[in-house]
Amino acid sequence: MITDIVIVVAVALLIGVYVSWRAGRIDRLHARVEMARAAVDITLLRRSSAASELATSGLLDPATSLLLGAAVHGTRGGPADGGRPRDLAESDLTRALRAAFSQPDFRASLSGKDGADELLAEVEAAAHQVFLARKFYNDMVAVTRDARRRPLVRVLHLSGNARAPEFFEMEDSLIADKSSASPLPG
Amino acid sequence: MRIGIACPYSWDVPGGVQQHIRDLAEELIFEGHEVSVISPADDDTPLPPYVVGAGRAVPVPYNGSVARLSFGFLSVNRVRRWLKEGGFDVLHVHEPEIPSLSLLACWVASGPIVATVHTSIPRSRILLVTYPVVRTGLEKINGRIAVSEAARTTLVEHIGGDAVVIPNGVATRRYRKADPLPGWPGPGGAIGFLGRLDESRKGLSVLLKAFEILGPQRPGLRLLVAGPAGDADEVLHKVPAELRARVVLLGQVSEEDKVRVLHSVDVFCSPNTGGESFGIVTAEAMAAGVPIVASDIDAFRQLLRGGKAGELFATGDAADLARAAGGLLDNPTRRAELSAAALAAVADYDWSVVARDVLRVYETVVLGSTQVKVAAAGSDFP
Repeated sequence: MITDIVIVVAVALLIGVYVSWRAGRIDRLHARVEMARAAVDITLLRRSSAASELATSGLLDPATSLLLGAAVHGTRGGPADGGRPRDLAESDLTRALRAAFSQPDFRASLSGKDGADELLAEVEAAAHQVFLARKFYNDMVAVTRDARRRPLVRVLHLSGNARAPEFFEMEDSLIADKSSASPLPG
Repeated sequence: MRIGIACPYSWDVPGGVQQHIRDLAEELIFEGHEVSVISPADDDTPLPPYVVGAGRAVPVPYNGSVARLSFGFLSVNRVRRWLKEGGFDVLHVHEPEIPSLSLLACWVASGPIVATVHTSIPRSRILLVTYPVVRTGLEKINGRIAVSEAARTTLVEHIGGDAVVIPNGVATRRYRKADPLPGWPGPGGAIGFLGRLDESRKGLSVLLKAFEILGPQRPGLRLLVAGPAGDADEVLHKVPAELRARVVLLGQVSEEDKVRVLHSVDVFCSPNTGGESFGIVTAEAMAAGVPIVASDIDAFRQLLRGGKAGELFATGDAADLARAAGGLLDNPTRRAELSAAALAAVADYDWSVVARDVLRVYETVVLGSTQVKVAAAGSDFP
């Protein structure tokens, strides 16, 4: 009789520990998603500030400057200020950068100008970081969404009030073909 | 006078600015001036003899939509060569505040420069002209023209300086006479619309809503819609099933057919909700002598002389549009009055009048100035 109770209590305890571990895992996953998202935001900001610097550098012709400037401008402020949604605005910046960088002999036309190589490299590095940060974030989102779908998590409502994280989709490759293998122009 | 005109948009794509430049250039040539237009164009596009192609425009995102624009140092070189070979007395750039050949031409040239601003642009986008490299180009402009009060306001408020308002020209002769399409307007009457179907600012959905009100009251009434882009099914789905057969979509029509469309309807509707600085399509309809029902936006109010040359309705208000259009459909006398008033009003905008005004601006900026030359500023480009 006593042993039965001990076993029941032990099992209940074990289940409790397991469930709380699962809940903790869900919680940690959400926290990591948040961190990954913050990293994406930081890389996007870096990229747009590098692009802005290139646009105002005086290295480019005014039309290209204006094109990049307009795209950078579009990434500031969201739909609340009457702007475009973030993903669309950032994709626009990608396409504007791509259009500028893919002009024939673009690099040749700038090489030798003061600070040109550094600026181009900075923009490219920032764009590459966007690609990496977004990839890591989307990985985290996939794992978290998968974890949230498990029956135990759903039945016991272990994810609490945290909303399911959304994938962040945008164009981030500076080369014209859409392969995301490498965002650096070849 | 030798006149160089820079066109910002592809010559092969239909658009208000391109048409403006074509009509202006042809009128000036007709008056005996030498005109050369530089414009982006696909290499295989046949160009009129006065147009110099500057290569293909590249589709890029700009201001939230994809625009075909020219930029980059190759375009700079082409503009420079065109200026060198042209030996122009005056350079006339259009829409210099967007990334375009016009901006590049301003940047590369020195000498008398005239700029025409066509669109009114929201404040947020104008901030960009404070870019030093852009400002350098814009500061060289000697005389500014705005095609409307609204466009002028943009200039004054955001870029600074002032502009003379010279409205868009309409080649009125081209629109005066045409045969209606077979079977139109028909005994039940017809309302016409011209413009992009998928651009909400053109207001087609307002007209469709109004047709939902008018259609059931007038069993014979039809709607004639012509314009590029847009999914025909999507448009028709906005109309109740029983009215669909009475909405006729023509898709994109040729210049000739456009005139015929205007002559095929009893009432022409311009339901634009904004973004229109002049209303060229409406002006063309006026030149065809069609009675107009237009939304009460600044451009239309001015064009229609505050409602004397066409009915105005509350912008975006389908019920008010239905009331105004219905009133006109019921009243042939009023239609005849409006038709005559529209023809008289639009005569002020005929190209022969407009080109003379533009020429006066040219004559003013060349006073005491030399020819257009290639400036040193852009010369550090290969």
